[in-house]
Order: sequence, then structure tokens, then C-alpha cells
Amino acid sequence: MTDQPVTETRGQVNLAGLSKAEYRGAPSTLCQGCGHNSIANQIIAACYELNIVPENVVKFSGIGCSSKSPTYFLNRSFGFNGLHGRMPSLATGALFADHTLRGIAVSGDGDSASIGLGQFKHAVRRNVPMVYIIENNGVYGLTKGQFSATAEKGLVLKHQGTNPYMPVDIAWEALVSNATFVARSFAGDPKQVKELIKSAMAHRGLAVLDIISPCVTFNNQDEALHSYAWGKEHEVALHDLAYVPPAQEIMVDYEAGEVREVTLHDGSHIILKKLDRDYDPTDRAAAMQVLEQANRRQELITGLIYIAPAQPSLLALYDLPETPLNRLTEDRLRPSPETLTEILKAFG
Amino acid sequence: MSAEEASPHPSASATAQAVVNDFSITVATVNGSGSQTSNSALVRAIFKMGVPVSGKNLFPSNIQGQPTWYTIRLSKDGFLARRQAHEVVIAMNPATFAQDLADVQPGGALLYDDSIRQPITRQDIALYPMPVKKLVRDREVPSNLRDYVANMVYVGVAAYLFDLDMDAICQALTFHFRGKQKAIDMNYGMAVAAFEWAKANLTKQDPYRVERMNATAGFIMADGNTAAALGSLYGGVQFVAWYPITPASSLAEAYQDYVPRLRRDPQTGRTTVVVIQAEDELAAVGMAVGAGWAGLRAMTSTSGPGLSLMTEYVGLAYYAEVPLVIWDIQRVGPSTGLPTRTAQGDILQAAFASHGDTQHVLLFPGTVNECFEFAWRAFDLAERLQTPIFVLSDLDLGMNQWMTSPFTYPNRPMDRGKVLWESDLERLGGDWGRYRDVDGDGITYRTVPGNRHPKSAWFARGTGHDENARYTESAEVWERVLDRIKKKFDMARQLVPEPIVETMEGARIGLIAYGSTDPAVQEARSLLAGRGFPTDYLRLRAYPFPSAVSDFIRQHERVYVIELNRDGQMQQLLSLAVADRAAQLIPLAHIDGLPLTADWIVQAFTAKEASLS
Repeated sequence: MTDQPVTETRGQVNLAGLSKAEYRGAPSTLCQGCGHNSIANQIIAACYELNIVPENVVKFSGIGCSSKSPTYFLNRSFGFNGLHGRMPSLATGALFADHTLRGIAVSGDGDSASIGLGQFKHAVRRNVPMVYIIENNGVYGLTKGQFSATAEKGLVLKHQGTNPYMPVDIAWEALVSNATFVARSFAGDPKQVKELIKSAMAHRGLAVLDIISPCVTFNNQDEALHSYAWGKEHEVALHDLAYVPPAQEIMVDYEAGEVREVTLHDGSHIILKKLDRDYDPTDRAAAMQVLEQANRRQELITGLIYIAPAQPSLLALYDLPETPLNRLTEDRLRPSPETLTEILKAFG
Repeated sequence: MSAEEASPHPSASATAQAVVNDFSITVATVNGSGSQTSNSALVRAIFKMGVPVSGKNLFPSNIQGQPTWYTIRLSKDGFLARRQAHEVVIAMNPATFAQDLADVQPGGALLYDDSIRQPITRQDIALYPMPVKKLVRDREVPSNLRDYVANMVYVGVAAYLFDLDMDAICQALTFHFRGKQKAIDMNYGMAVAAFEWAKANLTKQDPYRVERMNATAGFIMADGNTAAALGSLYGGVQFVAWYPITPASSLAEAYQDYVPRLRRDPQTGRTTVVVIQAEDELAAVGMAVGAGWAGLRAMTSTSGPGLSLMTEYVGLAYYAEVPLVIWDIQRVGPSTGLPTRTAQGDILQAAFASHGDTQHVLLFPGTVNECFEFAWRAFDLAERLQTPIFVLSDLDLGMNQWMTSPFTYPNRPMDRGKVLWESDLERLGGDWGRYRDVDGDGITYRTVPGNRHPKSAWFARGTGHDENARYTESAEVWERVLDRIKKKFDMARQLVPEPIVETMEGARIGLIAYGSTDPAVQEARSLLAGRGFPTDYLRLRAYPFPSAVSDFIRQHERVYVIELNRDGQMQQLLSLAVADRAAQLIPLAHIDGLPLTADWIVQAFTAKEASLS
């Protein structure tokens, strides 16, 4: 054999035997420079690096620019682009069908913080087994530039005037809804986004990723809180974060006291390297405090804000068989005729 | 045997001719006072004595304190619709006493709590004051339970006066308390004490009596919501999402009892159905849509206001072609309406739920037995047609106790529809498309998440999509896909339950009805025949209408459509379906929140007939 054209066109493969191309989706139809495209790329990279088999993932989204993006990654995964603000219920029902599936949901601030705040919070409190990414840009893109519920008070938008209302803080809403994983990141910080997605994929319950993802068309003025410029200027990372899969040795040597390690249920780790503070993401009160402070100081605080890795996922609360529910056949689903005879006796 | 020996009431022979097994009893109580136990004990005891009986709870939207009535009808002829008139009234509520007293039929009987001190001027009825407080005090009942047990006093007194079998009362209480001995003993003890007191102190002055018959053998007594829950469990339901709403809650709550008994996996002992209370009806149906899409037999149960909320998801399920079952236990609308009163007012809403072009398959159970049957059949239809199936019950059918045939075990295997798994895709070489009409019947093949074949995945959406489930705004594709979906609706006509037709010699007039009005229609036909109006009767059981429906309309000079709503909603649907004969369809629509009576039908029918002649 002189050369291997097949291997060449596929390029490098991961441990699942898949090339990065096999994690891709259709070409994006969003604007050039949209933060959402960068996030889709990080989902692809994270899944590739984690050796995830695409068929083991189900994608969900609601309605809006962000919600279009599940078609831009993991072509080989099932997906459902549902209703505006109602994706969490759809995902909740679907994920019961096969407990071995992991959900990746992509939503926006209009979808999850405005019309869908209720379903968002209920999915959070139920700890549905999925990564819940909110591509947060403070504005409605698809309907051309109206304020969303995360837009800051005083934001001025063309055709909309000045936003008179206080914003909803997604990370805060998640925390008070008893979230078990809350992170905030910035599309302009792709490395952190990728490590957080990996960590979120390994978390067994619902992982909220509130990712500031600037809208280059309608809300990217330098002074706007969801713009690239503001994000770059004001991002304060809580820690330098790295995900280490199970059974992989932690290679980097840190000085004692320099890092925190969070162990997930599957034996993987999140390594948090201390920056200018020693932040414990398993302390819920500290998480609330850090969010409160960040809001007061006008900082874009990023990183793993809170994690409760031991909490069971929604599915664990139901005593379901090992065989996925959607593969059970009639002999396991329809009770015997004798049971009906027995039950009818009581009604006689 | 002499009358004296047959009846424990020596004086009864002196009264006018006895009325046996053909009268109504209305019990007036205060909501939340535990009268449900005593009323259902009365009904089930009468049933156990072999006498056809129905019990209807006419209750307020309130937990405690408001007036509530329970009407019991005994009918040796088997007519079990509600009657407006009641011969026996049991008055336990001072707040409604004056009205309850006025409502007793002349010659009837009034049993009343003697602590109600209000003037009684009527001379034409038998009066039986009951020392409720004293009788309760004499029993050793914990003080917190006194009010509840107090209602057993009228059970005991009624048992004595109307010859109810105390053994049957005991059996009825055993059913009600599911064998909990302490509760049975306490309540039965109270009834016995009241019976003994009545025997020693009351003189029978009215003609009403219950006599053992053999007309309930082979029947059971059950409510439609329990039947629906059971039927769905036998239909292999795997996912139920719901949100509390009267009168649908008892359907989902029935799973609490039956899931542990019926749905343990024979292989592992684990549970094979998920029941989840959602945060609202839109989330409930959203969960069911997700589950149905992912290959589970999924359902939700609700009532009108919930259905309004669900409409957005119904449209998505229709267009993305997701199987699921939606039970609507109808109550009176619009808006919050009368939450605890019955209606058939959601027909059009369900038939066309959601914006754009949608048409939905509806099932109309008319008996409790059919609530069971349609519950499992609905899943077969949903998965065969890949679309939402609505089952429209109502408060009367869902929450009241009905005499019905025992539930029949499903007579065919589950139809899981066109689902492709890994081996199927292997066989097809991965060449398939989610919305390709391969068989030409409008029903396309689907895969579900969890299928690990590399070509299994597709992207579901409510936006325009082509045969391979890809996004498109193509005008041509849009029309083609939507037309193909309509094909399934037309096909449903052949798959849904056929109507039931009953004919009468010489009938030229037809009656069409559906759902819980059946007993009233049956009785009205008998009454009308007596007045020279023989009628044929078609009971609808599904929409789209099978061809037998249009045949029936064509075969009659005119057809009355009887229903519990203002606008004649079914008559409107029928007019669309059989447009060339729409003029022959006459609405007999009525909505006051109460179960229909035969008298209303007879009056409305004869008035209309008179106006035509």
C-alpha cells in the first residue's frame, strides 16, 4: 500500500473512530460573526474530543436565532426544533424514552428568559439530563432587534428607544430554581466555552450554560452589555477551567492550594485553577454572592458558578428498567388478562 | 307471601300503591362534609341489589361549605339518565332546605336533619326528621370524624325506609374504603345504628321501595376517568404528563393506584410507565409530544381550559406528525366557565385545534366501558396515523358512577405503526426519508431517538420541511406535504370506531347524539315512541365520520342532533361533512351544566316537530 486515500479524506479520527467532520451539521444561516456560530463550533469540538457517538445525543431547541443552531452541529444526532419558549417540556418527555441519551439544548434569552422562563425554571428544578445552553445576546434577532428580558436597563436600540426595565439574570434564575450546574461564559472566550461544554456533558443532571453571545447585527454597540467589546473589556474569569475525562490522569502539576478539583459522578474531573480569588463552586451561597457582586461591579463574571455533582437526574427518580423505555415490547407493556379479571371483581 | 311479610313496614300496606325500583333520590349536603362516602354507598348498595341505578354528583367549584346535591335514579326499566323530578329528598343542608323542601314531588318523602329548624308547611309529602346529632353523639366517633360519619345516618334511615339491604351497604362501604376495616366498621356501625333507630321510631308513610332484582348481573359500576386510566395502562401507555384540573384530575390520579399493580416489568420488576405532573397544560402536552416523538405511547389528560393552553403544541404535533393521545374531560366553557359542571362544548375546538390548516381525529366514548376501550385503541390510532388523537369525555361520564359492561381485554395486539429500527435501516441500506410516502397511504416511516444506526437521525421541526425532513420554504413542497398529511385524516375514517345505530319500526326521523347523553336519548326515544314518534338513533363514536353517518342522514327525512352545548357544534361538523343534506340536520343543543334529561329532549323535539307541521 502506497497511500490510504480514505484515511486521508477523513483525516484524523477520535477514539470513537469518527472524524471531526462527522460531528458537523449543515452550514450556518446566521449572520457572519454571530456568537452562536462560535458556540456551535465549540459543541462540535467538545463532542469530538470527548469521543461522543452522535447517535447518543439528542438536540433540542425552541424558536429564535439560537434555536436554529442545532442544525449546525451533530448531523447524526436526532433533533427537535420545538416551540418558542416550550422546548424544555419537549426535551423532558423525549429524554424519558431512552435513559442512555444525553440532551443538548440550545436556546436564547428571548426563548428561555422571556417567553419560556417558566418552562426553563421547571426543567432546571427537575434536573432533566441535558446541557442547556442559552445563547444570550439581550435582543431578538430573528424579528429584527427588539429588547429581550436580559437586556440591561437603559440599553438603547434602533427603532426601540430605551429599555425601561430591569433585566432577568439567567444564572441567578437557575440558581434559585435549584440548578445543579450553573456556568456563565462568553462566546469571545472559545476555550472556556469548550471546557464548560465538556464539563456540562459529563454532569448527570441539567447543566445551565449562560453564554453571552453577541448579536453583531442588532446589539453589538461597544457600551452594550452583550457586545464583544464590552465582554472583552469586562470579563472576569472565576478560574482557569479544564475538563479531564474519566480514567485520564491529571497531567498538569499545580502548586498545592492552586487548584480546586470537582469530581463528577462518572469519575471525570473539572480542574479549576485559582486566579485572583479562591472560589468554591459547590457553595451555593457563595455563588449567589459572586453573581450579586458581578452585577454591582458591572463585571462579566465567567466560569463554573455552581455545581452539585451528587444530585440525581430526573430519570433516576423513576424506577425504570435498564432497557430503554422506547424499546419495551408488548409483552412488557400490556398487563395480562388475569389482572383485568382481578381488577373487575372490585367494580362488581 | 303477604305484603306484611314482604315488607318490614306494617303500615306500608296502608299507603297508596307501592312504587318499586322506579324513583329518584336527591341528597342535599354541604360540600366537603363526606357525603361522597354515603352517597356512593347508597348507589352501590342498590346496584348490588340488582336494581339498575345511576348516581350523579352536582357539585360546586369549592372545597368546603357550598351546597352540593347528589341525585340517585333507580329504574327497573334501565333508564339511567338524570331526572329533573325527585320523589325522595334527603335534606342535610340548612342553607338550601327551603328549596329542597319545595322540590319534593307531591306524594314524595323528605328525610331531614332535625337540627334544621325551618318551617315545613307541606302536607302532601311524608316527613322523616332524623336526630343526626344525637345518633352521632351516641356512637364513639373521634370528634374530627363526626361530621363525616354523620352522613351515614341518612344511609341507615333510607335503608330502613326503602328496604335497602344492609349487607349490600356493607359491601358498598368495603368497596369504597378498599377494604380498610376501621373505616368500614365506623361508617357501617353508624348506618346500622341509624337503621335501628328508624325501625324503632319511624312509621313508613310513603310508597317508595327497593326490591331485589336481577338486572345488574353482568355489569359493573365504575366512572369513566378510572376506566380511561385503566384502558390506557392495558394499552401500554408509557408516558403520562398532566396538570391538575377539574374534572380530569381523577384520571391521572387513578395511576397512583393502578401503576404499581399493573405496570411492573415482568422481567425486572421495574416500572414501565412514567407519570409526571407538569407545571401547566402546555408543558404537559409538550412533554407528551416529546415522549411520543421519541417512541413512547404518550398521553395527557385535561379539560377545556387546558386544551386551550395546549393548542400551540397540538399544531406542532399535527405538522411534525407526532403520535399522542389527549383526553379532554369536558366541562362548561367558555373561559373558566362552570368548572364542576358537564358539557360537550369542546368539539369544534378539538376538531380544528391550532392555527393554520389542521384537522384532528376525535373519539367520543359514550359509556364507561368505551372509556376503557377507546383509551387503548387511541394509542393504536395515534401510532398508526402519527398524529394527536383526542378522546372527548365529559364530567358526567368521567366522574360519576355508571352501570356499564365489564371492561373487555384488548382483542388485538398493539399497533406500533411504521417505526424503523436498526435492522430495518440495515435492510434498507440506510436509504429512507422521514416524510417519504413510500406506501402511498400518506403515512410515512419514522425512526425514534435511541436508534443507533448512523442514518437513523432526522431533525423534527414545525417549520416547513421536505420529504427528508430538511428545512424548506418551497411553495410546492409545502403544499405537497400538507396535502399528504390530509390523506391520513381521510384514512382515519376507516380506522375509527363505527357509529352504533338502533332502529325502530316505521321511523322516518333520525336522532344523532354522542357521549354521555346516551341514556337520556334512549329514554327519550322510548317516550317519543309512546307519543307516536318512532325514531332511529345513531350514536357517533368518532370524527372523521365513517360513511355510515352520511348514509344514516340520507336515509331519514330529518335528523335531530342532540348535544350539550349552545351552538350545536356536532351539528356544525356534520353539516360540513354532509353539506348537501345540511338543511336536514336540526340542532337540539342545550347547555345548563347538568346532565341531559329525557324530558328536555322530548319537549325540545316535540316543540320543533310542532313548528314544522
